Amino acid sequence: MASLNMKATLLSLLLLLVGLGIWEAMNQAPAASTGLSEYERMMGGADQEARVPPPSQVFSHAWDELSDPFYDAGPNDKGIGIQLAYSLYRVLTGYLAAALIAIPLGFVIGMSPLMHKALNPFIQVLRPISPLAWMPLALFIIRDSEGSAIFVIFICSIWPMLINTAFGVANVRTDWIKVARTHELSPLKTAFLVILPAAAPTILTGMRISIGIAWLVIVAAEMLVGGTGIGYYVWNEWNNLDLNSVIFSILMIGLVGMLLDMTLAAVTKLVQYED
Amino acid sequence: MATKSLGNPFDADTSLTHTNDCSCRLCQAESVNPGGLSDDQRLALLEQQAEQGEGHSQSAKAGGMSFDSSDDLLDRAVESAIVRGVFGHNDTSRRNFIRLMGGGTLATVLGSMIPLEKVKAAVKESMGPLEKTKLKVGFVPITCATPIIMAQPMGFYAKYGLDVDVIKTAGWAVARDMSLNGEYDASHMLTPMPLAMSMGAGSTATPYIMPAVENINGQAIVLHNKHKDKRDPKQWKGFKFGVPFDYSMHNFLLRYYVAEHGLDPDQDIQIRVVPPPEMVANLRAGNLDGYLSPDPFNQRAVFEKIGFLHILTKDIWEGHPCCAFACSQKFATEMPNTYAALFRAIVDATHFSAKAENREEIARAISPKNYLNQPEVVVRQVLTGRYVDGLEEKIYDVPDRIDFDPFPWHSMAVWILTQMKRWGYISGDVDYKKIAEQVYVASETGKVMEELGYTPPATTYKKHIIMGKTFDYNEPEEYINSFAIKRV
Repeated sequence: MASLNMKATLLSLLLLLVGLGIWEAMNQAPAASTGLSEYERMMGGADQEARVPPPSQVFSHAWDELSDPFYDAGPNDKGIGIQLAYSLYRVLTGYLAAALIAIPLGFVIGMSPLMHKALNPFIQVLRPISPLAWMPLALFIIRDSEGSAIFVIFICSIWPMLINTAFGVANVRTDWIKVARTHELSPLKTAFLVILPAAAPTILTGMRISIGIAWLVIVAAEMLVGGTGIGYYVWNEWNNLDLNSVIFSILMIGLVGMLLDMTLAAVTKLVQYED
Repeated sequence: MATKSLGNPFDADTSLTHTNDCSCRLCQAESVNPGGLSDDQRLALLEQQAEQGEGHSQSAKAGGMSFDSSDDLLDRAVESAIVRGVFGHNDTSRRNFIRLMGGGTLATVLGSMIPLEKVKAAVKESMGPLEKTKLKVGFVPITCATPIIMAQPMGFYAKYGLDVDVIKTAGWAVARDMSLNGEYDASHMLTPMPLAMSMGAGSTATPYIMPAVENINGQAIVLHNKHKDKRDPKQWKGFKFGVPFDYSMHNFLLRYYVAEHGLDPDQDIQIRVVPPPEMVANLRAGNLDGYLSPDPFNQRAVFEKIGFLHILTKDIWEGHPCCAFACSQKFATEMPNTYAALFRAIVDATHFSAKAENREEIARAISPKNYLNQPEVVVRQVLTGRYVDGLEEKIYDVPDRIDFDPFPWHSMAVWILTQMKRWGYISGDVDYKKIAEQVYVASETGKVMEELGYTPPATTYKKHIIMGKTFDYNEPEEYINSFAIKRV
């Protein structure tokens, strides 16, 4: 087993190195031409075509950015750490607000077939709406760009949690609920002591899906309203057609998304049980 | 609050000609030699400086002098003005006098001759205390916004006691919504926007005013390099063009230009709204065949070897307005003093930007990430008008490629309204002059220009010539009817 893991790791590393090697080799800028004429400088150098920067350039740029992640050079120029913190703050605020509503509501829907039937049409219509489609309306009603971004996160992360909670609660084994009833537990106690632990793995799966979606959406939302955040950072560098920074921020977005997912995966493990 | 040129006038060691945190060689040397420099040393330093071509701009780091309140700042400004006046604006004689007699003596003597406290009070009364000093002003990262942007790093807002954050905005729709929300106190807009917003075209009707135009000229039609052989607009059928916003001079000028060449802008070409910063990426991707967009994105397309400059908009309408500084009527009424200070800072900054000798310094100040986030060489080509067009291997010199003039001509507003009607953005009877005069507050702009020592024009209407055709502001309806291609 250990040797299989070892082999897999080695193979991953090898693939990475080959990939980076090809990328580096294909995108070598021509030898730095010194002594450009004024005309050539105005035309952006003698190089005929813009190219994707090689990985060595991206890494050296990443090193520069990461060695000073919290600098603040004015309202439109902040370090990558600050931008990520802004995005995380928006994601977590919207996400927690969604959880506060989705989980209790999911319980109600899961426990009551009547509520399930009554609310289902609304959920089915609202769920497929792209969260960004809400943005113009949110800006108009909330009259605050920060609030609108958080609202968009809220609205996109609420559905997986709501649906998974309802599903988990509705599918708790009836034997267990019957046992609770024979012990004369109140409905509230049944909900907390029996249904919640039983449905927890499904609920957490919903929460894990939600955080993934929220992190996907925040980048697009911030590109739209601008100001701060990792989405704004990507947009700002896109303005400058600075692919070094764009590739670097793509990597950072992936890294943070992975950390968020791993955190919820770890929590899911805590509530897992065997039948 | 970093404040330019407000050193203590009663101090012999302070120069009043340079900013107090000036980085020029002279000031640097003086700050390390508190005893002062000999005349020979001074001369040597000045010569060195001239050779290196250095200026005495404020260092990028904010700092220097702070005042506890805007009142203190005004006090200092008044003292400084009087002391300068007494010495005939000769800083050397002022400093020599104070070295001999002491600053205190000068203050006492002046105090006995001029009722300083009364002068200060009178100045404050005419200005009034600022209702709010911390402001947010939005801008879209283009060179048209130059005065709004550079007023921050170059200290024009601070000079009028304001602490302004200039906030970069992703596009015009967002700038409009942020202004309507009240998140921005004032914003960089396109000259047609406050007209459209006040009339409720494309948004809820909110009374907006436009105290100042930012730039005139300074736009261009860019085409993709693959169209180098299609320089005649008649060959543009089926082209996809980008403009920054529906209610923009770019849209109206592009429509006017192709219509004059016989193409119907709604049928023969496609016009899409693309935020300026995304123009170059879309051109590269082949999503657009060309665009009429603000700089630096025209020059950036040349710099990236993706496109070429087909025509500068100054060759379509010499002196056309483009971007503007605008705020809600509410802001101007509720905070008259703040509004007045902001207004003055903008007019002042616009005039500073208009001077060709300041352009290189401005290009340096607004290119960094916090502002335009563009290579300086691109911004410099736009602002100085010494540029390449991506077609021929030569350098052009067009100093008025972009220019800055704050005066909001009412006749320009009437022209914009005629085009809005021509292309069906507004319909019905339009009281052209009434709307123009309500939104473009030209008489106020004239007053402010006069106070700051500039000469405003005597009238607010004039005739404009666009592609050889004269626009008579007295006959807007006849003007619209004179076009063959229109939507009315």
